[in-house]
Amino acid sequence: MSTSPSEPAQAHVQLTGVTKRYGGVTALDNVDFACELGSVHAVLGENGAGKSTLIKIMSGVVQPDEGEIRLDGTPTSFSHPAAANAQGIVCIFQELSLLPDLSVADNISIAEPPRRFGLIDRKAQRRRAEDLLARIGCEDVNPMARVRDLPLSRRQMVEIAKALAKDPSVLILDEATSALTSADVDTVFGILRRLREDGISILTISHRMHEIEAIADKCSVFRNGRHIETFAQGARSEGEIVQMMIGREITAHFPPKPPPPEATKPMLQLEKYSWEGKLKSIDLTVGAGEIVGLGGLDGQGQKELLLGLFGVLKGTSGTITVQGKEVTIASPQDAKAAGVDLALIPEDRKTEGLMLPMSIADNLTIASLNRLSRGLFVDQDALTAAVEDGIQRMQIKVGSSSDPVSTLSGGNQQKVVIAKWLMTDPKIILLNDPTRGIDVGTKQEIYRLLRSLAEAGASVIYYSTDYEELIGCCDRVAVMYDGEIVRELKGDEINERNIIASALKMDEAAE
Amino acid sequence: MSDLRVRLSQNAALLTAIAIFILFYVFYNMNHPRGFSVAVLIQNSNEVFTLAMVAMAQTVPVLMGGLDLSVGAIMTLVNTIASHLLNGSPAQMAFGMGVSLAAGAACGFVNGCIVVYGRIQPIIATLATGAIFLGLALFLRPSPGGNVDDDLSWAATNDLYEIAATYGYAQDGEATWFQPIAWIPVPLVLLVLVVVFIWLPFSRSVTGRTVYAVGSGEGAAYMSGLPIDRAKIAAFTLGGFFAGIGGLYLTLQTSSGNADIPQAGAYTLNSIAAVVIGGTSLLGGVGTAIGSVFGALILRTISFNFRIFEIDPLMQPLFEGVVLLAAVSLGAFRVLRVKNTLELFR
Repeated sequence: MSTSPSEPAQAHVQLTGVTKRYGGVTALDNVDFACELGSVHAVLGENGAGKSTLIKIMSGVVQPDEGEIRLDGTPTSFSHPAAANAQGIVCIFQELSLLPDLSVADNISIAEPPRRFGLIDRKAQRRRAEDLLARIGCEDVNPMARVRDLPLSRRQMVEIAKALAKDPSVLILDEATSALTSADVDTVFGILRRLREDGISILTISHRMHEIEAIADKCSVFRNGRHIETFAQGARSEGEIVQMMIGREITAHFPPKPPPPEATKPMLQLEKYSWEGKLKSIDLTVGAGEIVGLGGLDGQGQKELLLGLFGVLKGTSGTITVQGKEVTIASPQDAKAAGVDLALIPEDRKTEGLMLPMSIADNLTIASLNRLSRGLFVDQDALTAAVEDGIQRMQIKVGSSSDPVSTLSGGNQQKVVIAKWLMTDPKIILLNDPTRGIDVGTKQEIYRLLRSLAEAGASVIYYSTDYEELIGCCDRVAVMYDGEIVRELKGDEINERNIIASALKMDEAAE
Repeated sequence: MSDLRVRLSQNAALLTAIAIFILFYVFYNMNHPRGFSVAVLIQNSNEVFTLAMVAMAQTVPVLMGGLDLSVGAIMTLVNTIASHLLNGSPAQMAFGMGVSLAAGAACGFVNGCIVVYGRIQPIIATLATGAIFLGLALFLRPSPGGNVDDDLSWAATNDLYEIAATYGYAQDGEATWFQPIAWIPVPLVLLVLVVVFIWLPFSRSVTGRTVYAVGSGEGAAYMSGLPIDRAKIAAFTLGGFFAGIGGLYLTLQTSSGNADIPQAGAYTLNSIAAVVIGGTSLLGGVGTAIGSVFGALILRTISFNFRIFEIDPLMQPLFEGVVLLAAVSLGAFRVLRVKNTLELFR
């Protein structure tokens, strides 16, 4: 669709002078923003830039303090999410809105279930779920299955099906693709393009530039609650966009890699490591000072490998050797014990990484209390020093370390998780997709941190669903397929083509 | 997975409860001198009905992730109200029954409003209201007693034949077509009616589903635009209504009203046990009131077995506790099967 200024497209949703304050913090500052009919509009910005507040206002979760929302030119307001839904504005939130104990079909039709005689018509509901799942290429999901039993990427697809069930005229995606596999992303983009042709306005928040390039017509950059600029997709270079987002020059996206090390001392060796048919006889050696990436499609055993190493899985076989000594890891407690010195930055920081109501200080020190104790009691002075040290080391933006960790932004929460594990002085650091839903600035800090940890002699195993990260960060990439490592890429071999080809097991065909 | 396997695995706890009940009840009948007879069945169903209702009453708030400590108290209050009203002309008795059930629902409605508008956690809100309801019950019946219509009491606590014979339906119960069903105990019929005409429609309504949704994830339920406040109030109101049916039946069964505080407490605690044995998660979101009915059946069948084996009744609480632990431990077997220990915390 044309985006030339001479023929302005019709504004579908228009915000004028919208301001939102939370206490003393201005989340949105006098924002004018318009979303055009039948276009895909990407909103970019660091965490805390105001993107989330923007979509919360548009979808009725919060109400603006000042300003006006117009839908098709008519002033309107939404007191709650259902009111926005009723006017056709549907949002797929970053925090999954699915009900884990209900079935897929129940979830898809949760807002407006088909009814007969006033009661929910389960057969119609099931047919509707089957239709929608087929539409998004998820025929493998049984509509009767409980959402709790589905892997994260399938849950996200159910979330999308649920949004489509509401027949939106404005569809808002908040990091909706961050948990998806590449194949799913392609399917979702196909659907979005069709919806766009049907005249639906789509607003998307994403931190993945290549996805924005693939789908967006227009981009808007937000920074510190202000709308910085809106431009046609492609009108600005990636460097310019990043600079707009963070307001300072970024020299390199990823820290430079050292030259490929000569045979380093092996830190971690896995031999014939297997579990429940999900991990099949994995042999992997990680040297001291090395960052090894785990690649491949989602759900090929990467997460299980990390969890297994961290002692979460029962019934594993094969041997784990850490610094030349064979070890048995039966629990996370074993994993962090001296001599093993593992740390895992988990997949879901809200449930596995943090105790949200507890303070930042408590969260930072929770994994290293035994180091900070004298006899039976925690040494308060050592604790205070450790907390300050952790906050400084990761440059966590906190008001007071006694605030609940839930008050921090997503990026800073993730920093707390990382800082917590760094306090245990780990020799082997496992990361399970640590940059999911995190702003560019924090991502880059994490990349630099990993490199400096490696330079200090630690080993890093890094699972990421984003190929760019694997390519930019890792010394070596082990690509997994169906529980096996199908290929290890080194040096110049680490490129998108090789990773994707191996991930799809296309090596033979590609070469 | 095939649909059947999905259904089986999702209802494993309910199926286990049904199997345990059948096992216990067949065992009981095999050892009873008049086992497998209608007389025994009638007696048993009378003894089970009130607890089954109170267990159903407890289920609804538990599905939402809360506990209702007032279900026994509501039952007791309704018992004392009904003991004043279940007499006189048929119209007066019908009015009395209506008032009793409405009182139960009203108690639940009050609970719901306190939880929703007072923003007080269910467990503490119902601890307080439960005490208030018991206070009202004591006020209505300072000492046990009451005036309950004998015919009504007789008809409600026997088989269908006695209803027909008492009130002159189906040629005083002698009609040929009536014979195949004449033996069925009235409380069993009532139980099925309550499940089929109240519980099942509720669980398939938007309000009912919202109750499950709130127990599964209140934030997600809110973000899905569900009527959360309405569902919470409805859940407590329905719970109060079920407890009211229990209280009403208790009145017919005992022909009296009694503001028996220890009994109210015992019913409340047993209702929680029944809910858990029936496979409903105390965290909310998973389970059904039908499971709780079987939980109540299991608890009662244990005491039936105690009677016929003439074990010292003093042993009964101990044994019931052991069975509760054992039944709950069955659910914990999944812990042994789980190979990803992280799943235990989800």
